[in-house]
Amino acid sequence: MNSAISCQNIIKTYSTDGQLVTALNGINIEIGLGELMMLVGPSGCGKTTLISIIAGILNQDSGQCLLFGENFQALTNTQQLRFRAHNIGFVFQAYNLLPALNAIENVSVPLIITGTKRAVAEQKAKEILEQMGLSDRMKALPAQLSGGQQQRVAIARALVHSPRLIVCDEPTSALDHKSGHIIMSLLKSIALQHDRALVIVTHDARIFGFADRIAEMDDGHIIKISTTASAEAN
Amino acid sequence: MNHIALKMLMGDKGKYLGIIMGLTFASLIMTQQPAIFVGLMARTYSFISDVALPDIWVMDSKVQFIDDIKPMQETELYRVRGISGVDWAMPMYKGLLKVRLADGAFQTCNVIGLDDATLIGGPATMLTGTLADLRQSDAVIVDIEGAKDKLSKPSPILGQKNIPLQLGDSLELNDHRGIIVGIAKVTRTFQSQPVIYTTYSRAKTYAPRERRLLSFILVKAKPNQDPYQLIARIKATTGLAAYTQQGFKELTYNYFMKNTGIPINFGITISLGFIIGTAIAGQTFYNFTLENIRQFGVLKAMGASNAQLLKMILLQAVLVGSIGYGLGVGLAALFGFAMRHSIMAFKLPWQLLVFSGVGVGFICIIAALISILKVIRLEPAIVFKN
Repeated sequence: MNSAISCQNIIKTYSTDGQLVTALNGINIEIGLGELMMLVGPSGCGKTTLISIIAGILNQDSGQCLLFGENFQALTNTQQLRFRAHNIGFVFQAYNLLPALNAIENVSVPLIITGTKRAVAEQKAKEILEQMGLSDRMKALPAQLSGGQQQRVAIARALVHSPRLIVCDEPTSALDHKSGHIIMSLLKSIALQHDRALVIVTHDARIFGFADRIAEMDDGHIIKISTTASAEAN
Repeated sequence: MNHIALKMLMGDKGKYLGIIMGLTFASLIMTQQPAIFVGLMARTYSFISDVALPDIWVMDSKVQFIDDIKPMQETELYRVRGISGVDWAMPMYKGLLKVRLADGAFQTCNVIGLDDATLIGGPATMLTGTLADLRQSDAVIVDIEGAKDKLSKPSPILGQKNIPLQLGDSLELNDHRGIIVGIAKVTRTFQSQPVIYTTYSRAKTYAPRERRLLSFILVKAKPNQDPYQLIARIKATTGLAAYTQQGFKELTYNYFMKNTGIPINFGITISLGFIIGTAIAGQTFYNFTLENIRQFGVLKAMGASNAQLLKMILLQAVLVGSIGYGLGVGLAALFGFAMRHSIMAFKLPWQLLVFSGVGVGFICIIAALISILKVIRLEPAIVFKN
């Protein structure tokens, strides 16, 4: 299995009220292409910090993180932005759709950021929204969509520019069981391909079965990485 | 990205209107108050503007402004007429005289005495009668505002409005009769006194007996005569002061600027308006950015550069600034139009539009800069915080 992400001895500390808090304390993790990795653990264990570093939106204090063989922290700011814009898709717990934009416009944002013309971007957005089963809701604003529909729009947005890494932060925690299941099925079937990796931070035990591997974190460490039954069956 | 910026700006209609209103208010106050100030200051020299024909105004060397009359001897007129380069020179009387009204009350009026033969310096717009009618016996011309208001006759019916002066009505100036032969439209002056035009010789009979009664000498330069050279000759020959029309306006304007509290009072009002406008518009725009900070964070996380976000914020600022400026200036102009027949002074030259435009632009730049700093410092990792 080729490595999509390879993080070695990652340390990250924060200063809170003058006190140093170690969020990540020597994290080592490898995520392969075509793999769905879940990061699980109690609140404050460092999951979000790790996913932020993996996604290149937070710099570690020490250690090295290679994204598709690229040492992200060694890149210049502009290179980091370009890398992120082309290679990483985000799905958030609170969807984080732009409320003034309709579904098509929201989905086309990552393409517009990379300089794609609006008409082309919106055409691509339409195609992916159709794949997500939202053909009839393309012109709807986020406030006019249900939670499940908003998350599907968010997934479409994360996929529209064909990124190689998709990071998801609690993608199902605001959804009911059925909607959560639909979202995970879509993520697994559409988002996960042999040349992509999927990293999901979650508390939601109902979706653990979708993972290939689960990394359990506690107190800034990865305490266990396990392969799921479905992955073993595959 | 422009499309996204505009959608973000206009997505919440209430907030969008709030920002526009703030900037409209700032623009309005930065245009309307200075326009009143400019209008008021223009009134200080409006009489000079109305007397358009002469090239040069000659007066006593101690005169500081148009209403600061220091009379000269009549012989000065002949001395000026004798200077080379003078095409013609005419006398003008200008003074404040008390007029006795029909009800026995007194009203101070600005009496202008024009050269008997040429009537040079008379009002440009006659509403009733003609300027030549001044040659009739005891003839006077009054301005329309004075005729309708301060010089009007009491109505014979108690409680009714006063009756405006009409042709044929008479006034009593210093125990002399004046018969109204014309009603003229003149530009309002700073003192807002009624203006009465008559001939120079008749004005001298109205004025209290003094040895010197010549207020100004109005001079026309010969064709191709440089007025500044002529001014220098007049000064050298007579020892009097001489100014072009523009020069005399500036003398008057500068006197009021230096010696009255008007600039300070208006300066304070305009400064306060500017500060309040900046505070309102800046705060509203900054709040708008703060409320959208998560959205900017999402864009940043997705790879949007600071330059792209900066352009978005600038576009938003320029758009709201332009709309607010347009509305504010439009409202100020509407205010001026609505007040055009009132006593309110209002003048909106293009320079003032540039001034308020620069002011609103400054407000928008400050608001945008504060917002931009916030967005530049923004850690995209906030998108994972709930």
